[in-house]
Amino acid sequence: MRQAYEEELKQLNISFFRMGRLVNEAIYKSVQAFVNHDKELAKIVIEEDEKINQMEHDLEQSCIELIALQQPVTTDLRKVITVMKACADLERMGDHAVSIAKSTIRVKGNKRVYEIEELISQMAERVKEMVHSVLDAYTVDDVEQAKAVAEADKKVDQMRRDIHAECIEWIKQDSEVVVGSTDYMLVSTYIERIGDYVTNISEWILYLKTGEIVELNTHHHYPEEN
Amino acid sequence: MAVRPIETDVTKTSIKKLPENLTGVISTEDLHVYYGDFEAIKGVSLEFPKNQITALIGPSGSAKSTYLRSLNRMNDEIKGAKVTGKILYKGRDINASDVDVYSVRKQIGMVFQRPNPFSKSIYENIAFALKRHGIKDKNVLDEAVETSLKQAALWDQVKDRLHESAIGMSGGQQQRLCIARAIALKPDVLLLDEPASALDPISTAQVEETLLELKENYSIVIVPHNMQQASRISDYTAFFHLGNVLEYDETRTVFTRPAIQATEDYVSGHYG
Repeated sequence: MRQAYEEELKQLNISFFRMGRLVNEAIYKSVQAFVNHDKELAKIVIEEDEKINQMEHDLEQSCIELIALQQPVTTDLRKVITVMKACADLERMGDHAVSIAKSTIRVKGNKRVYEIEELISQMAERVKEMVHSVLDAYTVDDVEQAKAVAEADKKVDQMRRDIHAECIEWIKQDSEVVVGSTDYMLVSTYIERIGDYVTNISEWILYLKTGEIVELNTHHHYPEEN
Repeated sequence: MAVRPIETDVTKTSIKKLPENLTGVISTEDLHVYYGDFEAIKGVSLEFPKNQITALIGPSGSAKSTYLRSLNRMNDEIKGAKVTGKILYKGRDINASDVDVYSVRKQIGMVFQRPNPFSKSIYENIAFALKRHGIKDKNVLDEAVETSLKQAALWDQVKDRLHESAIGMSGGQQQRLCIARAIALKPDVLLLDEPASALDPISTAQVEETLLELKENYSIVIVPHNMQQASRISDYTAFFHLGNVLEYDETRTVFTRPAIQATEDYVSGHYG
């Protein structure tokens, strides 16, 4: 019996990992589309989100059936729960990629600020590395790596604050960048939220290993810190 | 949690037909079984899929074992039992009076609740029935013994003591020997009546694993010893209640979103 169950779990992990890679691609493409004002690429991100949603649906369905039919306990149960919770986080990350893509499509000849776009690219690059690293930590069951990924999110939060501050400075100096900068602020917030979901996945990796539900990297900033 | 006594509506039924991608291997049409005046099975029509495991579940007294036994004419052995309706196998009604029940049982084998190896050697347990069917060639017998034991996932454990008594084996091994004995005759269909109910959890897991491997080559109908076993290993599930089938569908459906309330109540442990 174990063998059949192990096989089902293996398939679940393969699908989860595949979904993770697809989400990471969506994030990367959405930011590329945004900084390059590439509306076609943005449309592709929106279309491909259907696939991500379907994968989440299928994964959840498989997890529900595994729980109902195999009644797993202890580590076996945690494996299924981890996939179920983490795939919901992945799906939300995909939704944020769609939001970034929609911001790209909305842009209509706004004045651009290349310095800020460069900062957004750098921020996205970091989040991309985080996504890659968290999926890796999940695959090799590495709690320390998962914690390191959550720690890296602090830098992403800082980058979001820097971008907002930079936008405000530009707006003060040049009223023509108001519309564009609002989008820059929005997009940096989306990327920052993606980082938060990556942290959630790190938390599920810890749960998988320890059975404890922990909160990593809680950071409540007050407006004056902005 | 206390079991909540509830009134369950057992008049509704939902019997799904097999999808087009599955072939049926054996079916019954309006099957009734009577023990004297008592009607134990009240007209059951079901078709079992080829190379799949079908579980028959239901409260005690729902007649699932009676139904299983009727599939290879075992009820013929019970005095006063009468079986009406059709049992269709390879386009033929094997419930007809002119059918040779021994050849039926060669095609449709049965494994019982308690392991019942003969008090002979492991080898002889398997070779016995083959010899009775006229096979004398030692090479053929050796090969059949090896193949059956391999299919029953027992070969590696017993290959060096084939001529020792089967009685010295563990319960799980004995039951897998009985499975090997049944498949030595190369049946199409394997019927199992609570094959793991007398076994410990590890032996149960071994038998379940064996069944999952066997479905590659055989079609299996099983009365599991509990619902969890049905959910773990079967592809299709039939829910029996007082001699009727109330629901028949894919196991994943029966255990996650059954079509009728009675099934929902039974599989959730609220009823039966």
